[in-house]
Amino acid sequence: MSEVLDSYPQWVDGAWVTIRLTLLGGALALVLALAFGLAGTSRHAAVRALNRVYVEFFRGNATLVLLYWFFYALPLIGLRFATLFAAVLALGLNIGAYGAEVVRGSINAVPKAQHEAAIALNFTPFQRMRRVLLPQAFALMLPPFGNLLIELMKGTAIVSLVGLVDLTRVSKNVQGSTGETVAAFTVALVLYFVIAQVLQLLVRYAERRVDRMLGRGLPARPALDTAGVAGG
Amino acid sequence: MPPIEQPVEPLVNASKDAPVRRDGAPPGIRFEKVVKRFGEHTVLRELDFDVAPGERVTLIGPSGSGKTTILRLLMTLESPDGGLIWIGDRTLWHMERKGERVPANQKHLHEMRKQVGMVFQQFNLFPNMNVLRNLTEGPVRVLGLSRDEAEDRARDLLDLVGLADKITAHPSRLSGGQQQRVAIARALAMRPQVLLLDEVTSALDPELVVGVQDLLRDIARQNDLTILCVTHEMRFARDISDRVLMFDAGRIVEEGPPEQIFGEPSEQRTRDFLQAVLAT
Amino acid sequence: MTWDWQYTGDVLPDLLHGLRYTLIATTLGYALALVLGLVWTLLRRTPYAAVNHTVRWITEFVRSTPLIPQLYFVFFVLPAFGLTIGSLTAGVLTLGVHYSTYTAEVYRAGIADVPKGQWEACTALNLPRSRAWLDVILPQAVRRVIPTLGNYLIAMFKDSPLLLAVNVVEVLNAAYQVGSRSLRFLEPITMVGLLFVVVSVISSILVRRLERRYATH
Repeated sequence: MSEVLDSYPQWVDGAWVTIRLTLLGGALALVLALAFGLAGTSRHAAVRALNRVYVEFFRGNATLVLLYWFFYALPLIGLRFATLFAAVLALGLNIGAYGAEVVRGSINAVPKAQHEAAIALNFTPFQRMRRVLLPQAFALMLPPFGNLLIELMKGTAIVSLVGLVDLTRVSKNVQGSTGETVAAFTVALVLYFVIAQVLQLLVRYAERRVDRMLGRGLPARPALDTAGVAGG
Repeated sequence: MPPIEQPVEPLVNASKDAPVRRDGAPPGIRFEKVVKRFGEHTVLRELDFDVAPGERVTLIGPSGSGKTTILRLLMTLESPDGGLIWIGDRTLWHMERKGERVPANQKHLHEMRKQVGMVFQQFNLFPNMNVLRNLTEGPVRVLGLSRDEAEDRARDLLDLVGLADKITAHPSRLSGGQQQRVAIARALAMRPQVLLLDEVTSALDPELVVGVQDLLRDIARQNDLTILCVTHEMRFARDISDRVLMFDAGRIVEEGPPEQIFGEPSEQRTRDFLQAVLAT
Repeated sequence: MTWDWQYTGDVLPDLLHGLRYTLIATTLGYALALVLGLVWTLLRRTPYAAVNHTVRWITEFVRSTPLIPQLYFVFFVLPAFGLTIGSLTAGVLTLGVHYSTYTAEVYRAGIADVPKGQWEACTALNLPRSRAWLDVILPQAVRRVIPTLGNYLIAMFKDSPLLLAVNVVEVLNAAYQVGSRSLRFLEPITMVGLLFVVVSVISSILVRRLERRYATH
């Protein structure tokens, strides 16, 4: 065990790669989720179709298959990515597709009466979305977003298979160099668990702040399923 | 331009700092063979009626008779399937383009909505804003007022509805009656000329009803507004309106001053309806 | 480099061979997840706080850590205790245990969703507790959770490529191996990607149908 802990600089570096991938992937996923989720609430069928294609394709695919595709297949037709970039792209595109469904569902879950009150005050369609619907939908999005962030963090472990030295890769390296199989993998799992707990605390804190901002007069939270992104 | 009558009598009594004072009379309203269907069900069949500028009209009738639909058409929350709706000298759902009458675009609707305000049965305050923001968001974003101006206006209106002390409160901390007062102030903050009141006291606890009704009665008397009101409360209808229209199955069955409709209705259906309402 | 249809046809048998292992791992792992999830749920309903808390933390731990290090743990650590297992077995075990923490949540929510009045009606009818569970509560709970369980089956299918981390030759690994022999990865990996999209889209349509069929509202 002590040998495993002696290699703590490696663990710190690995954890930092995992955290950085989580944050970068999360940022990309958030942008994609908002863009395509809003597209899914559009009045124009063509824009809604854009949402369907994105969601079905990237939610339907396995993140690892996407990563292999970016890493092994696309360079052969001249598209070459840095490994880190390919990983962020694969994770962000995949989780973003789940997020887009959350955004669309949350906006649709804001009571229709709110939309009507915004029309009665003569808000433009953009103002209705920006000032009334999105702020209320945001409260509904946060809990499922929290789950997705944990799934994304777990998903980052796939980068160890294409050569990035994240927590998982470090555990494998440490196991190889020290022969301490049990300790190496246990330390990795515990570190992942700690990161997940910290992320969960941050999300809970954000939820409480938004709840306070909206008072108690909120519509009941719809059951927005994040089923189907488990694992990683 | 349709021949809409001039106001029967000039509405006076607008005190100097009344919140909704403007120059000129508010517009009248005209429905011309208006049709509205929901799927198979036809709610309005070629409905015709006029509301004079500054007139205050109450719509009564059994539920499903199309009263609320009329308000929702005027607020552009529903679109008609036929006919014309006039507000003043312009059609709400149609505009002129190269001498032709074509369906309205968003810009035209935005322009027309400037004249109209609505108070809802369920208040529909924005839960993501406090009371002050509820009252200033529209004036700032839509009317382009400065925040200071909008806040001054909001304070005056909250004084008027008796909630000056709730200015920073969150809507969820208010009673139903208080929420509805804020919603009334919010509608007035946009300075509408036509005010639509959709069963504004139906969702309130009985002891709060009278306060809100008296507030609206005073607002109606002190301001130059064209008012369309849907209500089941006969006392309120009598207080607030010049004329009552009795609806059934999308048509007007009977109309007249409140005293006549409530006192000596001529139609059997009106008598039946009033009896049913009074029985509850 | 352009798409080569001839080559695409040539790699197909390899991919189908890999797909067999994907399907085996998914099916067996899912069966394990369904059963083990129920065990977690029932253990959490025992009156012993110690059992309840232990199970809660174990499932929380497994659910919030990634599959790949879990796979390593099962594959490399168990032999240290004298339990040597094949890579496919390790994959099935890990997938099953990992997803059992999700199915446990699904069962728990399903049971909690059965209205309290149903329990009270059972008491009023003087039904024994076992009858109440078997005839009244579980049938209603299962109905409610079938679509969600379907979603987790799809999710597990999409996680099965991770088994290549312990050298299971499932479909992605098969594509990778055939690609590295010829140094042409575009066709096999694209094919695998399309396979996943097609299967996921079809199965989510099926799940939506289940949702409509078992909708309780």
